[in-house]
Amino acid sequence: MYLPDFEYYQPNSLAEACRLMAKFGPRARILAGGTDLLHKMKHGQLEPEVIVSLNGLERLREITYQKGVGVVIGARATHNDIAGSALLQEKYRSVCEAAHHMANNQIRNVGTLGGNIVNAVPSADLPPILIALGASVKLAGSQGRRVLPLEEFFTGVHSSVIEPDEILTEVIIPDQPSTGSTYIRFGLRRSGALAVVGAAVAVTMEGETCREARIALGAAAPVPMRARQAEAVLKNQVITPDLLEEAGVCAARECSPRSSIRGSEEYRRDLVRVLTRRALQKAIKEGHV
Amino acid sequence: MARTLTDEQGVKRYLVNLKVNGDNHTVMVKGNSLLVNVLRDELDLTGTKKGCELGDCGSCTVLLDGKPVNSCLVLAVEAEGREITTIEGVAQNDKLDKLQESFVNNAAIQCGYCTPGMVLSAKALLTRNPHPTETEVREAISGNLCRCTGYVNIVKAVMAAAEQE
Ligand SMILES: Cc1cc2nc3c(=O)[nH]c(=O)nc-3n(C[C@H](O)[C@H](O)[C@H](O)COP(=O)(O)OP(=O)(O)OC[C@H]3O[C@@H](n4cnc5c(N)ncnc54)[C@H](O)[C@@H]3O)c2cc1C
Ligand code: FES
Ligand code: FES
Repeated sequence: MYLPDFEYYQPNSLAEACRLMAKFGPRARILAGGTDLLHKMKHGQLEPEVIVSLNGLERLREITYQKGVGVVIGARATHNDIAGSALLQEKYRSVCEAAHHMANNQIRNVGTLGGNIVNAVPSADLPPILIALGASVKLAGSQGRRVLPLEEFFTGVHSSVIEPDEILTEVIIPDQPSTGSTYIRFGLRRSGALAVVGAAVAVTMEGETCREARIALGAAAPVPMRARQAEAVLKNQVITPDLLEEAGVCAARECSPRSSIRGSEEYRRDLVRVLTRRALQKAIKEGHV
Repeated sequence: MARTLTDEQGVKRYLVNLKVNGDNHTVMVKGNSLLVNVLRDELDLTGTKKGCELGDCGSCTVLLDGKPVNSCLVLAVEAEGREITTIEGVAQNDKLDKLQESFVNNAAIQCGYCTPGMVLSAKALLTRNPHPTETEVREAISGNLCRCTGYVNIVKAVMAAAEQE
């Protein structure tokens, strides 16, 4: 399997990368880890004339804590960078776990956070937990920069609000009141299989009372979705097993999964019910795991 | 970044410095050359295999700065200046590595197609974690498919090599 020809650039500044993307527009593609882009090019699904690699931008790989901002993860951080980050392990182990349980080791060593988001596939493993934690994304383009909630980034399967000349530079997880978060995914195998459904939650508990819950589902709709009705079921309520089940039932009702080779619509809905309940139980009991 | 040369037809090529198994090589590649093909076709290191060519099977696994990656999904230009280990670089001074011996002794090789990738994934694990649990071994090789399905003996071989450490 060979790749079609393209022109290759490896800029060593973000400004230069943006300038190249502005110059070539939709004829160009960003290359991060390439685990998705090269895959698509081998299949002839994409044939960019120009490739702009982010490989020269080491700073986009950093994971830092910025006071007053939160945890900032560079878009070029790989899944294994995220899984192994001491900072994330300490603050949001749920994010490390989500990165650790996806794909396989070889893919996790090169595949990046930015690629996982910009790809905009419903089954992507990182968006749900990041949305549950209220994360934002920063986009840099020739016209300047903008920050928007990750939740508002996706517009459909393989589509998002990113402009052809924009580069996703970082994901910001803000400091937050939530006391626990988790992501549970179900795949047909434990390794190398995309999620049939993924459920992420972040909860703010005060004793036995849930002040707020944020639930984000993967592979349950064309885009990663918030299960707002299920969240409303939990708001300011004393948590009981029945209430968690009710939230799961509610999430299963409000999602809109499709049938595919990995699972039928009905099966996915039932998975949403079960995984939402389990994720809530875990985050309430164990914190940010 | 690698040096660029443009020929009369306007085709760009890149002079890429690769450090493979400790040896420095300079190769001329096109932008779309994949690392797996450069290793096999230019450097004659055919121990690295090609199976799916899509990142699923792990038969093209090499270590890039010590970490296992699928060389079928890496552009050769992007490997500029990185340290690459292929299966040919595992044995030192013509003597099999303990891990390779262990594969032989535990009958962890059937047709052998997955073996280079399996050995490299396991090697990276043992370097990082000399005494892994069985679960950690299974996890480390989970991106390597064995079409002969000989996983039980492969796991045994890695565990046995770890015990000898
Ligand atoms: C065998 C295999 C298993 C996989 N398993 C999983 C899995 O379990 N879960 C999962 O979620 N995914 C999985 N994937 C999909 C993929 O590996 C991941 O989504 C990965 O995170 C993509 O990142 P990348 O850096 O390789 O992206 P690339 O291939 O480099 O890029 C993907 C797309 O995003 C664009 N892009 C990348 N970075 C940026 C940026 N910073 N700014 C703007 N645009 C950008 C590119 O132009 C391209 O269109 C798997 C892939 C393979 C091959
Ligand atoms: S040939 Fe590279 S993963 Fe299968
Ligand atoms: S020994 Fe034949 S593929 Fe593994």
